[in-house]
Amino acid sequence: MIRAEKIFKNFGDQAVLKGIDFTFEAGKTNLVIGKSGSGKTVLLKILVGLFQPTSGNIWYSDINLVSADKESLRKLRMEVGMLFQGNALFDSMTIEENIRFPLDMFTTKTLKEKKDRVNYCLERVSLEGNNNKFPSEISGGMQKRVGIARAIVLNPKYLFCDEPNSGLDPQTSITIDELILNITKDNKITTIINTHDMNSVMEIGENICLLDKGKLAWQGSKDEVLISKNEVLHDFIFASPFLQKLIENSK
Amino acid sequence: MNLNLFYHFGNFVIWQAQIFKRPENGSMYYKETVRQMYDIGIGSLPIVFLISIFIGAVTAVQFYYQMAGSLIPAYYIGYIVRDMTIIELAPTITCLVLAGKVGSNMAAEIGGMRQKEHIDAMEIMGVNTSAYLILPKLIASLLMIPILVCAAALIGILGAYIASVPAGLFSSAEFIKGVRSFFIPYNVIMMLVKAFVFAYILTGVSCYQGYFVKGGSIELGQASTRAVVYSNILILLADYIIALILTA
Repeated sequence: MIRAEKIFKNFGDQAVLKGIDFTFEAGKTNLVIGKSGSGKTVLLKILVGLFQPTSGNIWYSDINLVSADKESLRKLRMEVGMLFQGNALFDSMTIEENIRFPLDMFTTKTLKEKKDRVNYCLERVSLEGNNNKFPSEISGGMQKRVGIARAIVLNPKYLFCDEPNSGLDPQTSITIDELILNITKDNKITTIINTHDMNSVMEIGENICLLDKGKLAWQGSKDEVLISKNEVLHDFIFASPFLQKLIENSK
Repeated sequence: MNLNLFYHFGNFVIWQAQIFKRPENGSMYYKETVRQMYDIGIGSLPIVFLISIFIGAVTAVQFYYQMAGSLIPAYYIGYIVRDMTIIELAPTITCLVLAGKVGSNMAAEIGGMRQKEHIDAMEIMGVNTSAYLILPKLIASLLMIPILVCAAALIGILGAYIASVPAGLFSSAEFIKGVRSFFIPYNVIMMLVKAFVFAYILTGVSCYQGYFVKGGSIELGQASTRAVVYSNILILLADYIIALILTA
């Protein structure tokens, strides 16, 4: 479980987050949604510790990320995996080396044990046999899956995904969503996904936090999305002309 | 402008404390250091060879021109070329050239990693990126650049020989006599001190420019240029200070 407590973040005079209070539940896919510029990415970067909040606390169970000592922070880092929007795969390393990097850096496993773990993770994301390819030799969807494999290689308790479906076709997006959901359930981890993809919201949104202009505008689950009377949520969901047309036709 | 200078100086000093922290995994740092040693050392050898041979050659020919017809013995040219090369030309010119080749490469490499979120990815994994990305480069530079400078000194003297003796400016015996005359070992120490200090400057400044880059590809290009310009200015300044201190 991760709890964001009264998170404020300013960049100079500009207030980006204005007192976010939200609990990201363990064993669930927690979605942070909102329009571009609503503060999603800043919130995610604060949650993983890349940005310091101007004020507020981030609780990882009973550890406060904001005031944690370096040793606790180091241990906490080992429990966090992240999939970046641009994948952040190391271009000069093969897929296997990319996934093995955290193992090489932080574990004392033998090479065989590391290779076994890498193969398991590749199998988990349906990319077995691609060990020796370079990131530039595979498609965007495959790169996302390699990013997920690297994020889970150390068995994290917390998985962060920043726009996991950006730049992917709808079918590949569904595959990625299902993969994230399955990993969350199988490993019982706290997954936080930053997205503005409505398909993802309706597919895997177990605990949703809607941001609008730096504030928490709505929270609930995918089952509550369509019955909610919240205007911001309504505008966000039905912004697509395709959906509007569909509703008109159904009427 | 001045405040900006103080900010960057302070930030640079604080950053050094991060770089010299205990590595998470020694063998990963060792592998990276060896890779950097190869890139910096072997990768820079052709340009160092080319620059040094021409600098030695031009120095010898110019001194012959200036001393021709004077009462100064011809073998003095070998002596002057040797000392100029060892004390000044090999460490300074080599490091100015390396600031352009190695420094801009380091700034672009690290800056590219910053922009592609590689550094953020490592930070989230728990890697001390200041140490992992910079320390191997710094160690490799401090080991390889003094070796390159020694090679540059030797190649420079060889260049002087090749340019002047076959051309008949003076005899081989005169040149060798000059090179072997009045040798002061302290000058070699001065050369090595310069090489170490310049290596630290060019690596530190270039990595700093890359590590803290913000923005897109234009800013990355600007950071790479700043890495070279600031390294060169600081190398020349340090050259003057070292000369003052070590010759006092």
